[in-house]
Amino acid sequence: MISEKDTTPKLVVRDLNFFYGNDRALKDINLTIPEKMVTAFIGPSGCGKSTLLRTFNRMYELYPKQKAIGEILLDGENLLDKRQDLNTLRAKIGMVFQKPTPFPMSIYDNITFGVKLYENLNQHDMNERVEWALKKAALWNEVKDKLKQSGTGLSGGQQQRLCIARAIAVKPEVLLLDEPTSALDPISTAHIERLVDELKKEFTIVIVTHNMQQAARISDYTAYMYLGELIEFGDTSAVFTNPKRKETEDYITGRFG
Amino acid sequence: MLTLYARRRLINLLSLGISVLAMAFGLFWLGWILFTLLQYGVPGLSLAVFTQTTPPPGSDGGLLNAIAGSLMMTALATLIGTPIGILAGTYLAEFGQRGWLAPVTRFINDVLLSAPSIVIGLFVYAMYVIKVKHFSGWAGALALSILVIPIVIRTTENMLRLVPNSLREAAAALGAPQWKIISSVTLRAARAGILTGVLLAVARISGETAPLLFTSLNNQFWNSNMNQPMANLPVVIFQFAMSPYSDWQQLAWAGALLITFSVLTLNILARVLFRQQASTH
Amino acid sequence: MPTFLRYARLKLQNWPDILFRAITRLSAFSVLVLLAAIIVSLVIGSLPSIKAFGFNFLSSSEWDPVTEQFGALVPIVGTLVTAGIALLIAVPVSFGIALFLTELSPRWMRRPLGIAVELLAGIPSIIYGMWGLFVFAPLFGDYLEPWINNHIGTMPLIGPFFSGPPMGIGVLTAGIILAIMVIPFIASVMRDVFEVVPALLKESAYGLGATTWEVMWNVVLPYTKIGVVGGIMLGLGRALGETMAVTFVIGNAHALNASLLMPGNSISSALANEFNEAVGELYTSALIELGLILFFITFVVLTLARYMLYKLAKREGKVA
Repeated sequence: MISEKDTTPKLVVRDLNFFYGNDRALKDINLTIPEKMVTAFIGPSGCGKSTLLRTFNRMYELYPKQKAIGEILLDGENLLDKRQDLNTLRAKIGMVFQKPTPFPMSIYDNITFGVKLYENLNQHDMNERVEWALKKAALWNEVKDKLKQSGTGLSGGQQQRLCIARAIAVKPEVLLLDEPTSALDPISTAHIERLVDELKKEFTIVIVTHNMQQAARISDYTAYMYLGELIEFGDTSAVFTNPKRKETEDYITGRFG
Repeated sequence: MLTLYARRRLINLLSLGISVLAMAFGLFWLGWILFTLLQYGVPGLSLAVFTQTTPPPGSDGGLLNAIAGSLMMTALATLIGTPIGILAGTYLAEFGQRGWLAPVTRFINDVLLSAPSIVIGLFVYAMYVIKVKHFSGWAGALALSILVIPIVIRTTENMLRLVPNSLREAAAALGAPQWKIISSVTLRAARAGILTGVLLAVARISGETAPLLFTSLNNQFWNSNMNQPMANLPVVIFQFAMSPYSDWQQLAWAGALLITFSVLTLNILARVLFRQQASTH
Repeated sequence: MPTFLRYARLKLQNWPDILFRAITRLSAFSVLVLLAAIIVSLVIGSLPSIKAFGFNFLSSSEWDPVTEQFGALVPIVGTLVTAGIALLIAVPVSFGIALFLTELSPRWMRRPLGIAVELLAGIPSIIYGMWGLFVFAPLFGDYLEPWINNHIGTMPLIGPFFSGPPMGIGVLTAGIILAIMVIPFIASVMRDVFEVVPALLKESAYGLGATTWEVMWNVVLPYTKIGVVGGIMLGLGRALGETMAVTFVIGNAHALNASLLMPGNSISSALANEFNEAVGELYTSALIELGLILFFITFVVLTLARYMLYKLAKREGKVA
């Protein structure tokens, strides 16, 4: 049982509202993501869990008519502030997507793509970084002899692990996972869940999942969302065995969703 | 008197029959034209076609200068037109969501795409040939490049649009700046399709005669100086075919066969490449 | 903790972004500049002729380089008539081909036939011209034209349009060659447009017991009619501007005849045949004015076509 006193807050969300044009997709979200733990966002389709995740690295700014109002503090600094440099932010907060997205280049180049944006490493250090990232993503043994081959030639599960390796190669502090296993088979899913368990020793992890059992399996904290509102947040075992709100209980027991 | 049902069936049968006829009609001409090409073109083919220059009527010769001239002008036109086309296509696909420039450019591009090529030749004549007071390979290449640009723009934009947004987002999530996302990821993902567009453009300009009539004109002799009138296959074919000399006409057929063969090959190549691109997405 | 250097490198990324965007913007803009340049240069080149003839240029059928009297009527009529004949033949045939490709042909035939049609569309127009001159025109003149002359040429009303010496070349021949050239183009546009029709729509019609033809005529065609018309107009634009397929067989005669069997001229063939021989500023300018007129006609046709295709795309929800 994890006591909330043992944790340090990494991300603090304060009064966050999010709009798609005139539609309010997130309503007054207040939430604390603890450091070096796995926090899961669960809820039925359209509840806003992915939307919330994507505010953390301001991914929504790629699209017009989407805006976020409120505060998200990363180590005390508001990352929604206009003056915050976007590239620096994304160096600290990495993201892995629902569909594996290997770049059309070699496995090696995929990993070094992000690193080269921020650091000037010599060949030897770069090789080390690539090996480190791939080992951490539990992919090294499978690809160490074919680093020059295209990333698109790997299987789905391998591609997703490549994307994870790519995200951690830049040594972020937070890792955002947006339904990372929904496109994968059960065996690859199991691989990645094991991975998440290992990775949380070094990174703060926030994972969005539509699979409740997955959240129960791997997360330390769970946030239940419904129709853009945060209904309940707490220790995972508490939320699943003893939910405080009726809505949470209805969702978890499968009464709807 | 036919029942309603029988009448409907009859109409259906008739119309379907007519459509089969239409298909056969179309294929018939294709077959006949290709057959004619082979029939007249193959006898005209010989080593001399590739090694000797265009002769005066009555002597032996080949099409060497014409082939070389066409190759040079086509290559140059592609070199000039492709970068502009890719860059403009990139603007339309990646930056064109806001503002007026993108929709207007797209519209004008479509106009240029189907504009009469002879008018393009006229334009280059009025803008350039008149000023320098002589025909040249440069002018011909320029006219052809104006034909290349709209084709490359259109295919580049379409291919870039096919690249899934998740790829762009993944690069953005790593913190890559926009120019890097586009150049290292998006354009790279679309490169086979873009290459297809370039090949199609090359195929199109290889057979174009009209824009060369007033720009590069033609040249009886071997000439590798781009600043002089330049021999090229289409204009040579035009000149020789319309002439009353049978040996010239034979060379014209040989040239026609060469052009058709290269154009068809390029089209097939582009098609194969496109399928490759489509299958990896 | 990130070092100062790390931040420093990140900050520099801004100007490459601005530069990149500026370069692509410039390239897009150059397309506009190109169009403007074309229009301007054509207008400037036509000025001497415009000053000399004014609007009479459009209605006069005189074309005499010696006395320097020029009128565009013959080439304009020739352009419009050959394109008209081409479309008259090409549209129904293309429709039949598109129908065959989308509904009738067995699955395994669909791709090779579609490819054949597209390859036909890729054959350079000079080939059509040569084939027309050496193969089609003689046969047409020897066998079909006498027949037309004797049978249709003697009919009331339309007779005068179809009577004349059977030379093989002429306006009708040019129109036919143009039709053959334009068919694959229009057919593939129509095929693309037909394939966009949602399968569900067609299936509900079939489910009610409609025949293939009825589905085509009552469901597919109305649904795609804007796209079909747009495609036809694209083909029209192509036909109007076509040079080589027409030049070989139209006869290059600057005389207006009622009969389609007589030689005539189109704007592009006049330009192709005469431009390089033109002596004198007025002659050249008159030819450039012809080019300007042609550009204007095709511009209008293409604009209409684009507009119609845009409306179809909008209805499909592809465009906001």
